Amino acid sequence: MSQAPDAAPRPTANMFDVEAVRAEFPILAQEVNGRPLVYLDNGATSQKPRRVIDAIRRYYESDNANVHRGLHALSGRATDAFEGARDTVRAFLNAADRREIVFVRGATEGLNLVAQGWVRPRLGPDDEIVVTTMEHHSNIVPWQLVCRQTGARLRVVPIHDDGTLDMEAFAGLLNERTKVVAVAHVSNALGTINPVREIIAMAHDVGAVTVLDGAQAAPHGAVDVQALDCDFYVFSSHKCYGPSGMGVLWGRAERLDEAEPYQGGGDMIRTVSFEESTWNDLPYKFEAGTPNIAGAIGLGAAIEFVTALGMDAIAAYEHEVLEYATEALGEMGGIRIIGTAPEKAGIVSFVVDGVHPHDVGTIADQNGVAIRAGHHCAMPLMRRYRVPATSRASLALYNTRADIDALVAGLHKVKEIFDR
Amino acid sequence: MNDLRDLYEEVILDHNRNPRNYPRRPERTNHSAHGFNPVCGDEFFVHLHVDGDGIIRDIGFDGAGCAISTASASLMTEALKNKPVADAERLFHEVHQLLTEERQVGGPGEFLGKLTVLTGVKEYPMRVKCATLAWHTMRAALQDDSETVCTE
Repeated sequence: MSQAPDAAPRPTANMFDVEAVRAEFPILAQEVNGRPLVYLDNGATSQKPRRVIDAIRRYYESDNANVHRGLHALSGRATDAFEGARDTVRAFLNAADRREIVFVRGATEGLNLVAQGWVRPRLGPDDEIVVTTMEHHSNIVPWQLVCRQTGARLRVVPIHDDGTLDMEAFAGLLNERTKVVAVAHVSNALGTINPVREIIAMAHDVGAVTVLDGAQAAPHGAVDVQALDCDFYVFSSHKCYGPSGMGVLWGRAERLDEAEPYQGGGDMIRTVSFEESTWNDLPYKFEAGTPNIAGAIGLGAAIEFVTALGMDAIAAYEHEVLEYATEALGEMGGIRIIGTAPEKAGIVSFVVDGVHPHDVGTIADQNGVAIRAGHHCAMPLMRRYRVPATSRASLALYNTRADIDALVAGLHKVKEIFDR
Repeated sequence: MNDLRDLYEEVILDHNRNPRNYPRRPERTNHSAHGFNPVCGDEFFVHLHVDGDGIIRDIGFDGAGCAISTASASLMTEALKNKPVADAERLFHEVHQLLTEERQVGGPGEFLGKLTVLTGVKEYPMRVKCATLAWHTMRAALQDDSETVCTE
């Protein structure tokens, strides 16, 4: 996922036993509308391997207790499992320090935490926040809120027709007023892998803080926050084979120390009196209230699962299926792929000539194929391409060429119905 | 498995390909409303000219949506032209029942006529909101409701 591949040999997809991987996902062994389920809506949420489901069940069956406060055995076990998950996440992102891993509800909450906790107290009416045309609403609206609260201005980097960022325009937008640059690592609607190292370096040159939305990146390739040299990175558990309602904010310790608490409550304080309260250490300063303990444990199990397979091997495998899908859809004719950047993750957004994406979605579903049809929480991007919506097939590590064949068969059915 | 041909009836495909009274805002429009399903992106404006006797003298729509929502809107404009407003209200309810309730179609007093092609939508509960958008928008127009209509 970090671009600029090094000299080390790239893992190949041959090393990847997809049938063994599929066997780990109980949900895949079902029929939908009389056809084997083909799940291609992983950009919305991924399915969960048995070990994640088991880890959550085990926690509730044998270890359930509140964390960080009991003196009894269960509380000790729950705390160990919860904090163990933090260590797993730290290694996954190659963060320098476990204190930099903040557990949140999802990527969205992570971005809101940064916006309100770090950015808002530092922003004035002359300042600017830079985002891109391809952002998910969750990386637009929190910044709009901060702009409204502080009078700062939101600037938007345009994109080229192929879905790559206009880096010249980006350079032109950067100046001494730029306080924050918030960018998707991978676009959820286009699949574009952004040149984030370059973006981060350019932003730092003008003294801006960098925030990466890794929701679509972290599940599909190795992320190294130290190599990226960004300030904040967020991702969601549920798109990464873990449970929903769980996510991670990584922040450079120095930045997290500077940030104000996002929510007040138990666990985030050191002392409380009616005159004044003092904050707990990192990361607990940002984890008010009883956390999503089962969520963290489930996410930990999910990360152990993907890490054991190897993030580079996953990326290589998914890339092969992506290329197969791109070629298959291209060969059909009458299909326009939206987002054709040279560097892409496993997302194919497309429009079938003369057919609305919702009709495509219903017909695909009747063939057992789950795809997303809609604006993908990226309305400004849809406007950029002058389409109300697209259909989107988004890949995960369990998808196969046969899944793509089923999608293509569904699209032939679409044409058959609409061309008659 | 449902037969997709029950959903994508010939008549529906025809009205999707060539929507009637579209895109059109009758010159003497005196009732309009906006319908928008933000999750889908389906968006229509419905315009009506109702005369002093309460007859819908003209009706048109514009906007864009899926085949189901477009065909439903188109069929609606055909069905309502030169009908009294009271009939529009009655048809609104009958279409709503057709799409959401178990009932026999074609019984005595049936009013629906060609609109029964929408019956197939019932088997696709996630698409009912598509078929009803134009109808709710029409009703809002007749009630001079300026709020955007949403059926999601």
